[in-house]
Amino acid sequence: MGDTISFPHLDYAALWPMLILFGAACVGVLVEAFVPKAWRNTVQLVLSLLAMGAALVMVIKRAAAGVTAANAHTASDAISIDKAGLFLQGALLVLGIVSLLLIGERTLETGGPFVAQAAITVGSEADRRQAARESGATEVYPLALFALAGMLLFVTANDLLVMFVALEVFSLPLYLLCALARRKRLLSQEAAVKYFLLGAFASAFFLFGVAMVYGFANAVDFNSIHANISTSDKPFALLLIGLAMLAIGLLFKVAAVPFHVWTPDVYQGAPTPVTAFMAACTKAAAFGGLARVLYVGFDRSNWNFTPVLGVIAVLTMLVGAVLAVTQTDLKRLLAYSSVANAGYLLVGVLGGGAAGLSSMLFYLVAYGFAIIAAFALLTLVRDADGEATHLSRWAGLGRRSPFFASVFTFLLLAFAGLPLTSGFTAKFAVFGAAIGGGQTWLVLFGVLSSIILAFPYLRVIVMMWLSEPGDTTPSVSIPGALTSAALMVGVLVTLLLGVAPSSLLDLANNAASFVR
Amino acid sequence: MDGYLGPYATVGLLLLVGVLIIGGAFTANRLLRPSRPNAADGKFDTYECGLDPVEGGWAQVHIRYYIYAYLYVLFAVEAVFLFPWAVVYLAGGAKVIAEMAVFVAVLALGLLYAWRKQALRWL
Repeated sequence: MGDTISFPHLDYAALWPMLILFGAACVGVLVEAFVPKAWRNTVQLVLSLLAMGAALVMVIKRAAAGVTAANAHTASDAISIDKAGLFLQGALLVLGIVSLLLIGERTLETGGPFVAQAAITVGSEADRRQAARESGATEVYPLALFALAGMLLFVTANDLLVMFVALEVFSLPLYLLCALARRKRLLSQEAAVKYFLLGAFASAFFLFGVAMVYGFANAVDFNSIHANISTSDKPFALLLIGLAMLAIGLLFKVAAVPFHVWTPDVYQGAPTPVTAFMAACTKAAAFGGLARVLYVGFDRSNWNFTPVLGVIAVLTMLVGAVLAVTQTDLKRLLAYSSVANAGYLLVGVLGGGAAGLSSMLFYLVAYGFAIIAAFALLTLVRDADGEATHLSRWAGLGRRSPFFASVFTFLLLAFAGLPLTSGFTAKFAVFGAAIGGGQTWLVLFGVLSSIILAFPYLRVIVMMWLSEPGDTTPSVSIPGALTSAALMVGVLVTLLLGVAPSSLLDLANNAASFVR
Repeated sequence: MDGYLGPYATVGLLLLVGVLIIGGAFTANRLLRPSRPNAADGKFDTYECGLDPVEGGWAQVHIRYYIYAYLYVLFAVEAVFLFPWAVVYLAGGAKVIAEMAVFVAVLALGLLYAWRKQALRWL
């Protein structure tokens, strides 16, 4: 063999955040194997927080050093850590740290929110013993680290194959995390199986889409796809089929209608800290990936996908909002609200251009913090059977614990998009971008669905404050330091982004560009 | 049969031929065979080389095989990656060897974990 092989140049300064997270996850597996049980939780929590913190420092250092078109691509252009990618990585890390605080909480119930041995049969004698005494599995930390590292790779993948690998890297740990709830284990396992099966279908669609696009463009990297869209002599149908299949894979992850059916079941069944992690981080990662595919790879077929995705955005907003009205479980209600929010984010993405991108980035951060805080509060309202998430149980909570009820009211108002909360600023930015991009019809449906969506939120508020507390109204637990921290950060950011959003808006505006 | 999607016509043709052969065989069977619809003893049993059929087709495999199947897949995939590497590592030098060492080390980490969690012990 006389060929010389050229190896891709790796820009380690740009790759550090991912390398740190993957490395720390591997060390976490070692900790699992060798550190005594009594110490594991502390060691794992500190290790994970340090790793995420270090990765965040690396992201900030790179942002400070300046990202240009010249140094954005690395690893043979398979990874593009440009400004938008860096912003998404930073946002994912910050949201990841806050949700890790929830995952690390161990004071609310014996052993924390996770099951000790997931393999033990539900309802058996051994299961009762472990539920009463044993501390929860600490594998959740390495799993969360792997998932987060996969997300960082996903939002910077500049190549459909790397993107697929990253999709699997962040999905597989999430499937496992969903199955690890300490209470209501059957529900949790059911959620995990549903998520896994549907997720596998979505991944298969994505992969088949990659094949179709390769058939059209003879390449899988976004630059060549972009270049070949106008020059390829292959039938255009191949591109359309490929793009549609890619979109199905991605829209499944962002939970857009009609690919949203897993969302309520999985959000309800998964342990609440994991639900918070998924609602904030998975959504951010999936939208980051979707935006890169649409803006960098396929922007020349803009005319083809905008109407279709517009219809999907409208359906997502309306179906999410209408079904949220009918829910009687708070976790399901928040799940449908997250479906509707995916619709608003899609509206921003379809707005197009820098304005669309920056509004999406801002929305992801604002929504992430609010939803983590909301789920943090959900972990506090509990009775002897664990979290009391049924709506009727929350009646009269305002009389019992006015402070937490006020905080939850504030968060719900933020979801409803009232002024002085981050929800208002974020929706304003998204709708503004859509009008600027000539998609006024989407904004009309967006405003309509916002009005519908306000109803379930207001109903919860009315129940909390205007109903008499019954005998079954649960008490609100005193949060441990970690949950308090996560809750406080979430609420403060939600308030700050409503009152003084300019610094993050500027950041998002500066970051709103992909490098091709 | 030309054009980019043309070769797929062959696949479609093959599919059609397959359907015709199977359908034809069944139709020929139906036409040629005598029809005696009385259920004699054992007439509708599955043919198993003269042995009496065993009850039920639902055999359960013990869950503990799963972990071995899982580990096997892991190392089969590793081997698949090692083959192309084995062809080029002399050309690449130390860097290539180090990269493969990292890859194998990550897999070894998984094996180490399985061992420490006593997943490898046959109970």
